[in-house]
Amino acid sequence: MRYLPHTEMDIRQMLETIGVKNIDELFSGIPDSCRLQSPLNLPSALSESEAVAVLKTLAERNAKVSEWDSFLGGGAYNHFIPAVVDHLVSRSEFYTAYTPYQPEISQGTLQAIFEFQTMICQLTGMDVANASMYDGASACAEAVLLALRTGRKRNKVLLSEALHPQYRETVATYCRYLNVELIEVGSADGVTDRQQLKGLLDEQVAAVVVGYPNYFGQIEDLQKLADAAHAAGAKLITAVSEPLALGLFKAPGDLGADVVAGEGQAFGIPLSFGGPGIGFFAVKQNDMRALPGRLVGETVDQDGKRGFVLTLATREQHIRREKATSNICSNQGMCTLMVGIFLALHGKQGLRKLAELNYSKAAYAKKQISALDGFAIAFSGEVFNEFVVVCPEPVAELQKRLEEQGILSGIALAKDYPQLENGLLICVTEQNSREQIDRLVSALAGGER
Amino acid sequence: MSRTDSRGLVLDEKLLFELTDPGRVGYSLPACDVPEVTPQKSLQRDEIADFPELSEVDVVRHYTRLSTWNYGVDSGFYPLGSCTMKYNPKVNEQAARLSGFAELHPQAPEHLCQGALELMYRLQQDLGEVSGFPAITLQPAAGAQGEFTGMLMIRAWHEAQGNKRNKVIIPDTAHGTNPASAALCGFDVVPVASDGVLSKAAVEAVMNDEVAALMVTNPNTLGLFEADIREICDLIHERGGLVYCDGANLNALMGISRPGDIGIDVMHFNLHKTFSTPHGGGGPGAGPVGVVEKLRPFMPVPIVVKEGERYRLDYDLKQSVGRVKGFSGHFGILVRAYSYILSMGGEGLKRATELAVLNANYIRARLEGSYDLPFKQRSLHEVVFSEAALENDCHTLDVAKRLIDYGFHPPTIYFPLVVKGALMIEPTESESKQNLDEFCDALLSIAEESLSKPELLKQAPIRAKVKRLDEATAARKPKLRWVKE
Repeated sequence: MRYLPHTEMDIRQMLETIGVKNIDELFSGIPDSCRLQSPLNLPSALSESEAVAVLKTLAERNAKVSEWDSFLGGGAYNHFIPAVVDHLVSRSEFYTAYTPYQPEISQGTLQAIFEFQTMICQLTGMDVANASMYDGASACAEAVLLALRTGRKRNKVLLSEALHPQYRETVATYCRYLNVELIEVGSADGVTDRQQLKGLLDEQVAAVVVGYPNYFGQIEDLQKLADAAHAAGAKLITAVSEPLALGLFKAPGDLGADVVAGEGQAFGIPLSFGGPGIGFFAVKQNDMRALPGRLVGETVDQDGKRGFVLTLATREQHIRREKATSNICSNQGMCTLMVGIFLALHGKQGLRKLAELNYSKAAYAKKQISALDGFAIAFSGEVFNEFVVVCPEPVAELQKRLEEQGILSGIALAKDYPQLENGLLICVTEQNSREQIDRLVSALAGGER
Repeated sequence: MSRTDSRGLVLDEKLLFELTDPGRVGYSLPACDVPEVTPQKSLQRDEIADFPELSEVDVVRHYTRLSTWNYGVDSGFYPLGSCTMKYNPKVNEQAARLSGFAELHPQAPEHLCQGALELMYRLQQDLGEVSGFPAITLQPAAGAQGEFTGMLMIRAWHEAQGNKRNKVIIPDTAHGTNPASAALCGFDVVPVASDGVLSKAAVEAVMNDEVAALMVTNPNTLGLFEADIREICDLIHERGGLVYCDGANLNALMGISRPGDIGIDVMHFNLHKTFSTPHGGGGPGAGPVGVVEKLRPFMPVPIVVKEGERYRLDYDLKQSVGRVKGFSGHFGILVRAYSYILSMGGEGLKRATELAVLNANYIRARLEGSYDLPFKQRSLHEVVFSEAALENDCHTLDVAKRLIDYGFHPPTIYFPLVVKGALMIEPTESESKQNLDEFCDALLSIAEESLSKPELLKQAPIRAKVKRLDEATAARKPKLRWVKE
């Protein structure tokens, strides 16, 4: 086997040094009653070419967004990934290392994370960001846990109905046995209903959680939501599943958000059927020591030379065990790097231009669709690159019809929002040409080109 | 020739923000082919202050230079105990990047994801065969999230039986994630001391009708098989509890012993340990969980099921603990793990386990006379020494840092907590006798240096990019981001 370097001679010499007759003797600490008596019922090893063939066959049975006119978003976004990103993350000095426990030989990972933390702060308008979490949904759940930890005896959390349904489900799972009351706040015209929110806020509420943009693609009025939450002594948590919006729209940190948790997949990470992506997590200075996850800090070595280390470890599970701020151990290292490279390449100008391009494309699609008979744009407010269309026919039939024309038309909303029975969530990015958008519009109208 | 005689050019590199030159760009975008519009001014942000402005060349050189300051499995021996730093096969990387996987949107209709769902289904089956569990969820993002998921299922199962049990027994050798994950499920932790391995009597002394589960790592973090595990599982079951196994050390058991066959009710896998997916500088990992039949209804949704020749995501588990993350797990990591299983086959997996155990025992045999071995039972995949034999005020940290000068990544240090100054060495099956000999020679030489030239240990490392870093100041005055001066 090509991954196993031992020769028969090596094995014989090693057994002799150890002082046993054969390899099986090394397992003598395992009682017979615990031994597997038959071989594993798995196929024999394949050669590399055979394994590749099997995997290719499986891969070919999936829809590639590049071969479809895809208007799917809803928490995973089809953005172009520059060649540089994969080229650099493929350097195995990065991806075959682990958590930088030995900083003297991990400065590459550590500096890259320090830069990542800085860029997340700059983008979100926050003071401190951690080295990343699993994904947007679990980062959102960790944000709720942070609010409960710092909110003393407060035990209610208000979740906007317009927050990504999977984020709400994940929050519910994390809070399942923590004596927390989760209350859903309804929406009005596609954004969190502020009147209802004010009625629900009281001194028991630890946090209010809203999307920005929210699941309908709408831009929430964060400042007003933050003011309302703060008036009741609660934190405002902002969950961002399409962070490219932050290239164009105001940063949550400048609008009163106390925690910004989000999904960074849009920044250079392949769709890959939904994972791995990356959760980002940022807070204001006063919550620094309540952060979950790994943190990288700057320091100096014995010669006074700048270097970076993992720091504030006394928050973490390997030191604090059951009293830790979180059970998380890993971060999304490799994805952190993808995001860092993507942001460094696009930079101050590029990120804005890319965001504007997305905004313009979505605005065009929205305008064209709104002109179609029977179709209506569900909500009136500002959106980024996603919006909800109310269709004149059942969405399942429409999706099927468009699929036959090579179009993945969007996400049906009825399952998560029964009130939006014929609602379709459409996402338009820089990857959709005007021609594609026009094709979508004419297909929706019932025409075929 | 020795690697310690080598010299290399290591370039310093500023931060992205310090390299920035206003006006430089590293992107290219297609022209806007629709009318250009912008949102109302009051919603727009100002430019992102001090964000990078660099050319593509700048960015490529920046990260390439950073990479040269890192040490990975591809650089050399990386015996980080409990982390199973085995070789990451390159074909796995290629597989995850196949366009049919990388370009698949998670919201695509099921009939257009059949290949992905079939791969997940097959992986569920294969992990089930390796572990002896009938049901597997692939959703958890990493080992710690797998623990959380497993403990949630245990809690939910007890609730469904009408049991009010809120305690979990955890041995003192456990990973820190175990008590942290249990706490996240609202459990109180009952620690139990072990003497290398857990005794039935010690467990019996703390087992009562408030205890929901025992959380055990097998083989444990000392690299020892819990020899009484069957009797301990029987005891817990008789008294109404369940047994959770931290599967971090499954690399010691493939084809040898199956946790699902010996009384374990729930176990997580670390695909980034046992199944060769890369550790990525900290992640992403993947932490699937296997359960016995009676816990199947409690698994997180969705799970992949097969109906006839079709595969689908099943959301309809009435007693499910719910979702622990977005979409269906770290699919890109699942592809890599499946690619590994295809390449190894059943016999290959067993052979990997055998050689991993052989390697650990060989290191033990070569170092036992020079380093203190606190637990003498037969080692499996890793061996743990203490600092007791070190002289001249030399400690485990000094040995670890000196190993860097010899060109090796240090082992895990100061864990498990039950060993004073632990040096936890896990070689994995990827290392040849030649590599192990070089490593053992280095450690023997360091033991000798601790007697004759202890300052070499105290000053180490002297050959890395930086010397020892001031971690105390980093924690006392945290500087967690760059700001313009």
